[in-house]
Amino acid sequence: MLFLRSVHTYYDSIHALKGISLHVKEGEIVTLIGANGAGKTTLLKTICGLIKPRKGSIQFYGEDITNLPAESIVRRGISLVPEGRMVFSTLSVEANLEMGAFSRRKDKNQMKRDIKNLTSRFPILKERMNQLAGTLSGGEQQILAICRALMAHPKLLIFDEPSMGLSPILTKEIFKVIVGLRKEGRTILLVEQNARAALQIADRGYVLETGKIILEGDTEYLLNHKEIQRAYLGKGYREVWEE
Amino acid sequence: MNDTAQLVQYILTGITVGAIYALVGLGYNIIYNVTEVINFAQGEFVVLGGLVMVFMTNTLHLSLPVGFFLTVSVVTILGALMDKLTIEPIKDANVLTLIIITIAVSIIFRGLAMLIWGRDPYALPAFSKAPPFTLFHAIIQPQALWVLGITTIVVILLSLFFRFTMMGKAMLACADSPEASRLMGIPVKKMVLISFVLSAAIGAVAGIVITPISLMEYDRGALLGLKGFGASILGGLGSFSGAVIAGLILGLIESLCAGYVSSGYKDAIALIVLLLVLFVKPSGFFAGKRASLKKF
Repeated sequence: MLFLRSVHTYYDSIHALKGISLHVKEGEIVTLIGANGAGKTTLLKTICGLIKPRKGSIQFYGEDITNLPAESIVRRGISLVPEGRMVFSTLSVEANLEMGAFSRRKDKNQMKRDIKNLTSRFPILKERMNQLAGTLSGGEQQILAICRALMAHPKLLIFDEPSMGLSPILTKEIFKVIVGLRKEGRTILLVEQNARAALQIADRGYVLETGKIILEGDTEYLLNHKEIQRAYLGKGYREVWEE
Repeated sequence: MNDTAQLVQYILTGITVGAIYALVGLGYNIIYNVTEVINFAQGEFVVLGGLVMVFMTNTLHLSLPVGFFLTVSVVTILGALMDKLTIEPIKDANVLTLIIITIAVSIIFRGLAMLIWGRDPYALPAFSKAPPFTLFHAIIQPQALWVLGITTIVVILLSLFFRFTMMGKAMLACADSPEASRLMGIPVKKMVLISFVLSAAIGAVAGIVITPISLMEYDRGALLGLKGFGASILGGLGSFSGAVIAGLILGLIESLCAGYVSSGYKDAIALIVLLLVLFVKPSGFFAGKRASLKKF
């Protein structure tokens, strides 16, 4: 459903993405791992239209979306749960959810139904409905950010570091939610520093290093790859959420 | 005139002037809420409102409602142009750069107003022909009631707009995080444009209603802007109800000071209050929790 062909993105003169090609198939969880500064967030912003690539093309369901503005890309069905959550902290939880549906704001009834469905699924949001989003805890904000993205009815849901700043237990919760979303038939592109956790729920993965994809393959293959184990998994070290 | 009558008179004058400060403060808040920019050309919108209305009624002899509508339209277009020509084209501008640009624009507006209308103050006829009436022996101009009524309507409409409409909430979201807003499909540039349009319209309304009471000349904007800014700071930047309460308080203090102390100090009062607030409680006195979540 999503195809990137040799995408080059620059920040002024800094060559941040050096010819990225990747694809995501319908119903998959694809993960993108890489260290700080590898270009993960830049890649996601390029897909979502916040930054324009200088070269290369991005296709979504066969349509070229390379030069579309961010607003149009949301309408085509790509939603990003941004790094650091970026909830609208000065708006109420309810208004945050409504803003998620801005691209489909004509259908007020559907919007109300969606809010109802999401709040019955995540009761914590229901309790906090009229609270300002900035007063929520980190985990609650992450849930809100996910729900806000879901309000747009995305076909492809992109997560940028969903575990950032969260405790291991909360991280586990968030990953459960992501797996649940895939079971509902959503396609997911997951960017994580926490490579092990990401590879455990994903079907395939890409490894990004200084703006280039240096490795790709099934998660099985990546998990057993010597270089990956050394560089990203901290071989022999068990994470809390494995139990 | 006895003492009570005098007091009532001062209070009424204060509330009327305060309502105008409140309207100017609201103008600041709208643009601030969307962009976090303080638009120092806000006072200029008020001046232009008054002076364009003078042109509409005194030169073109248009009726009050038509002149009112056309004046608000003209100033609104100027507000939109200000955004399109001076704010939007600046790439990756930080808030401070934009604030300085608004100061430049205010100087341009003032210069243009001087070229067109000269340095003389202009008067406008009052909205209704009714004679002044008395309340507790104080004399009330019917125009003062127009000022208060129109301010009330503007405040109510604004609050409803920002609280209950998708557009209003989207504008607040833009101030919070432009990037996240774009990810939600909110056209941020359009929202900024709407904020300038709204602020210009409100400024124009303030100028039109106050000119019959206090006249209007080309260089009023700076002082009006400063006092309106005082109102929005005292009320907590971004808070609409705060700006209204603070505007009225500022107007009252000013009027009472002019009456009982000396009218010479009247303009200093607003500035002293502004300084005190900035020293003691820069987040303002009437702002809700929302203000504490803002960046500055």
